[in-house]
Amino acid sequence: MMRRVNVKDCVGGALVLLLGIGAAAQASHYELGTLRRMGPGYFPLALGVILAVTGALIMLASVGSAPAVAPIRQRPEWRGWFCICASMVAFAVVGLYGGLLPATFACVFVAALGDRQNSLAVSAVLAAAMTLVCVAVFWGLLGVNLPLFGWG
Amino acid sequence: MIEQSLIDLWHGFGIALEPGNLMWSFIGVLIGNLIGVLPGMGAISAISMLLPLTYAMHPVPAILMLAGIFYGSQYGGALGAILLNLPCHPPHAVTCLDGYPMTRQGKAGTALGITMLCSFFAASVGIIVMIVASPLLVQISFKFGPPEIFSIMLVGLLAGATMSRGSPLKGVAMTVIGLLLGVAGTDVLTGTQRFTFGVTDLGDGVELVALALGLFGVAEFLRNVNRMDAISVPLKMSMRDMRPSRADLRQAFPAMLRGTAIGTLFGAVPGTGPTITTFIAYALERKIARDPSRFGHGAIEGVAAPEAASHSKTQVDFIPTMSLGIPGDPVMALILGALLIQGIQPGPQLMTEHADLFWGLIASFWIGNVLLMVLNVPLIGLWVKLLAVPYRFLFPSALFFIAIGVYSTKSNLFEVWEVLAFGIAGAVFAALDFSVAPVLLGFVLGPMVEDNFRRTLLLSHGDAMVFVQHPISAGFIGISVLLISVRLYIWLAARRRGVPDRVEALVAGLPPG
Repeated sequence: MMRRVNVKDCVGGALVLLLGIGAAAQASHYELGTLRRMGPGYFPLALGVILAVTGALIMLASVGSAPAVAPIRQRPEWRGWFCICASMVAFAVVGLYGGLLPATFACVFVAALGDRQNSLAVSAVLAAAMTLVCVAVFWGLLGVNLPLFGWG
Repeated sequence: MIEQSLIDLWHGFGIALEPGNLMWSFIGVLIGNLIGVLPGMGAISAISMLLPLTYAMHPVPAILMLAGIFYGSQYGGALGAILLNLPCHPPHAVTCLDGYPMTRQGKAGTALGITMLCSFFAASVGIIVMIVASPLLVQISFKFGPPEIFSIMLVGLLAGATMSRGSPLKGVAMTVIGLLLGVAGTDVLTGTQRFTFGVTDLGDGVELVALALGLFGVAEFLRNVNRMDAISVPLKMSMRDMRPSRADLRQAFPAMLRGTAIGTLFGAVPGTGPTITTFIAYALERKIARDPSRFGHGAIEGVAAPEAASHSKTQVDFIPTMSLGIPGDPVMALILGALLIQGIQPGPQLMTEHADLFWGLIASFWIGNVLLMVLNVPLIGLWVKLLAVPYRFLFPSALFFIAIGVYSTKSNLFEVWEVLAFGIAGAVFAALDFSVAPVLLGFVLGPMVEDNFRRTLLLSHGDAMVFVQHPISAGFIGISVLLISVRLYIWLAARRRGVPDRVEALVAGLPPG
């Protein structure tokens, strides 16, 4: 009989293992020093090794462990995920080249499109409303350091 | 010593009641309550979003405001749990079990009234414990040198890693990732750039606000988008509904006492999250009830006990945070981070060097709780309306608040990229059933752990045995070993027989925290 593998744990353990190896490898480039006089690399290297070992243990434990709760299969939400990430990118990029006002509009507009119930028009109205709030509160009241239009 | 504490406390009330400070406390409670009520927003999001605002403020009003936000958002979370069955705030998830059935029976007002009463009572008890215990703890902790500090931080980190939900191994992994993030940036002793990969913006290290908002804000929205059911129960609530009847009070009172006791007990253990505390309080109520079948169908004890437990727990949590510099949960880690940003090193010296802040804070806790009561009675109608804001309008607006919040920490758009990166990472780990709360704990403690580790071995000339040769330190190391073995044993035993309990299954299915 095949032993059931908890896929989530196995993947998660592998991810942790890789992160640990990566951190340890990177830390070994820094000066290690001795236990008596530790360099900047000593502690991170130790953490990386601990992390890698933990990852390996999680992978080992994933073999033969049935999931505690029957997993609920959820559809991937590509539209939502993409729009949320894109809205952050929009704020950063538009904020750099266009200023606070267009960045706010772009950020809220793109994010709102991530919800399947929001139409273009609804998103635009929401974005416009948030832009007003932003100008009043963050620019007017709190004096955020980003110019309303343009950069510099 | 107690007399001295009381005199200091009196002085603290004077500070907290200064009009300026009182105003910030009030604003904090109001905004915190406002944000906490919104679905999907918790204390962590509320505090980290507003943290940048406090950079320019004086330490005392800044911390008073943050504490107010914390209270407000905590209470706000209970509203969503009771009225809409939304377990967005992990500590309130258990409250849903009986709070929502009460709403459906038309007793929402009673449930909210009891919640308010319990939170006030539990917090008051917690504050008294704090007044008595803090000076004692400080006296002891003056004997602490680097090895003791390292060992007690180890206890805190291990408790945080292993006492959260799910596999303790995963908790350890998340804690270590947090520690690694904490040491990224310029090494204080040598000036070496660590884990910056040539990005100059990372030279100052990872930004606390970006990490918190990424893991608990962006990641939550990524997980919930298009998955939050629109609930639009037209609810009307007025002040009169909130007064519980005498019979309700008689039923809830013992549960409130027990919940408070459990919360106080667990508050003393650093690293135990509030979620697990509320769960234990609920389980106890169900176990000792004469008729356990009432639970899940609107038993008032099922609301009173967990709410009392969570409030006394968070209150007592401030003791290790302020007097030892060891936060008990992610929210405390954030408050600790805020103190560090203000240039105040929490620890035994805090009470002597910043007595005004310490005792002012304690006084403001109590004032904050009074404000919460005063605010919530007339504003309940408004909160209920806010609860009805659809998620599809809420999350785009919240994302904007996150973006502008992280931007204003350093007036640098790089932080927006950082928050996005942590958001995606947090969502991936959460999808793989990791609890991300220990990351924040590890992150805040990371630099301190490394510093004390290095210092200890420098003083002992490289002899690692020093940690078990100092008696206090050895005690903490012993506790750590005990903690690991007990937790591993419980976990293995639970794995062998599966998870039979419905409540446990519910807690296991919750968002991390």
